[in-house]
Amino acid sequence: MTDIIKVDHLKREFIVGDQRVLALRGISFTVQQGEFVTIMGTSGSGKSTLLNILGCLDTPTEGEYLLDGIPVRSMSKNERAKLRNMKIGFVFQTYNLLPRTTALENVELPLMYNSAVSAKERREKAMHVLESVGLAERMHHMPNQMSGGQQQRVAIARALVNDPVIILADEATGNLDTRTSYEIMSLFQQLNSEGKTIAFVTHEPDIALFSQRSIMLRDGRITKDEKREKVGSAAESLALLPVEVDTY
Amino acid sequence: MNIANLFRISLKALVSNKFRALLTMLGIIIGVAAVIAMLAIGQGSKKSIQDEISKMGSNMIMVQPGADMFSGGARMSASANQSMVLEDYDALKAQSNYISAISPMVNASGQSIYGANNWPVGMQGVNQDYLSIRKYGIQSGRIFTEREINSAAKVCLLGQTVVEELFGEGADPVGKSIRYNKIPFEVIGVLTEKGENGMGQDQDDVLLAPYTTVQKRVVAITYLNGIYCSATTEDVSDKAKAEMEAILRVQHKIKEGDDDDFHVRSQKEMLTMFSSTNSVMTILLAVIAGISLIVGGIGIMNIMFVSVTERTREIGLRMAVGARGLDILTQFLIEAVLISIVGGIIGVAIGVGSSFIIKSMLNWPIVITTSSIVLSFAVCTFTGVFFGWYPAKKAANLDPIDAIRYE
Repeated sequence: MTDIIKVDHLKREFIVGDQRVLALRGISFTVQQGEFVTIMGTSGSGKSTLLNILGCLDTPTEGEYLLDGIPVRSMSKNERAKLRNMKIGFVFQTYNLLPRTTALENVELPLMYNSAVSAKERREKAMHVLESVGLAERMHHMPNQMSGGQQQRVAIARALVNDPVIILADEATGNLDTRTSYEIMSLFQQLNSEGKTIAFVTHEPDIALFSQRSIMLRDGRITKDEKREKVGSAAESLALLPVEVDTY
Repeated sequence: MNIANLFRISLKALVSNKFRALLTMLGIIIGVAAVIAMLAIGQGSKKSIQDEISKMGSNMIMVQPGADMFSGGARMSASANQSMVLEDYDALKAQSNYISAISPMVNASGQSIYGANNWPVGMQGVNQDYLSIRKYGIQSGRIFTEREINSAAKVCLLGQTVVEELFGEGADPVGKSIRYNKIPFEVIGVLTEKGENGMGQDQDDVLLAPYTTVQKRVVAITYLNGIYCSATTEDVSDKAKAEMEAILRVQHKIKEGDDDDFHVRSQKEMLTMFSSTNSVMTILLAVIAGISLIVGGIGIMNIMFVSVTERTREIGLRMAVGARGLDILTQFLIEAVLISIVGGIIGVAIGVGSSFIIKSMLNWPIVITTSSIVLSFAVCTFTGVFFGWYPAKKAANLDPIDAIRYE
């Protein structure tokens, strides 16, 4: 098994005014290929900072970060942009789809910044991933013509289109109702079973139940890092939800 | 980075904000259209004045008695206006090297009469060369002969206006006899039509007769009212003028340092004089129009700033999926330049279109030069880059972490 993520004594400090704020106080862990890890913690625990560093949007003040074996800390801004383009798929809480742009074009976006991919390849890949997230019918819909769950599927398709080594999800179910959350988690589990490595930041314990491993953060330190013996199935949980009845 | 992709991204952003893009363009459209229309009007009137002046004659140089009226000073006495004589004409004809045609000019004013019709017209006493100097052609009949000049024959040529007034439109008066101030003249020729000159004078309202006839039989004077000649080419027109002045100073025995008692003016000088006042007007119009282009540019900058702020999250997302700062910068710069170029194209179309409308409705002379189109186009592309740069730079410098969570 190869290490997709390897962080070693990661520290990140911010200067706010004349005060030093330590957001991460020395974090070490590895994520191996094919793992589904949830990173949990309350707000202020440093999980967003960690996700920014893992996503190569930010660099640590101290410590080493290897993404797919590549040391990120010493990289320039442009090199990190390229790394994000090739190796990482982001899924955000607020979907972050481009408005007035079709699902297909939204999914094509990461490949637009990769000049090695031709227009034809780009379109084919985008169509393919949209089909794989179950949106074959909605390729030419605009974001405002789709439900939250569908929009998040488009976002997931966008994260998948460049065939990344890891998918980083930031509260990806935070804006969705329980049923849709389970649907999305079921999709993540399916992707994971197909071999995708996923790091999922959340503060909802019931969502974390669907992952194989949870890392708990508190005040910039890891307080718990445990493998889950029995991983819940999102698809089963979905089936157990009471059928919604309109009550008016 | 693939510039074609960035171009596509920018185009898409504009197309999905059509109305806003159009409003932004409006400033540029109006600016460019104004520049083109203003320059077309300016150039047009310049060209028409030039045409009119050059139609007056071929490399014409006029010598008139009295000091140059353009240099100011006291009004000359009547005797000063009698200083030009036939000897001056002979001297110029014999000594000047740069003139191809020369004619004396003796003016008379009076009434021409044919049958029951009469028409007030100035009679111009000239020689045969006058036709080529003033670019008159003969429609029918002939010009007077040397013998007729020597004998002060009572023959004349009529301009089209005079023919119309005396004989009616389309009539051929050659061979008929008219009276001018009670003196009978035989019409030996009719001049071709020439139209109005730049100052609005009817150049067909003329009556030409041998200068000897006018001098001796009509006004009874011994002096000339002027001398008209043609320089051999336009280029030597200045030399010819200087030479003529030198010859006349000797003729009139004017001492070194004394003022001339005549003045020589060339067509070329008139051209330069009228063109220069016109150029000032053209520049003024272009400056006014140029200011509106700058205002349009500021409009672009304003909208681009709004656009960058409004699309902060989009920029953050693009960066997250792999766009570099340079890609973002290029994208917004392309957007700004696209706005101004598309605006420029529409502006050129409207400018050219409105110029033609002005031409057909107001009958103003219009000249659309390629340079004015190229110039305004270059300026608006530059405007796009110049005013688009700062907002684009601001977008490129956004921190993706902040941008993507921007509310």
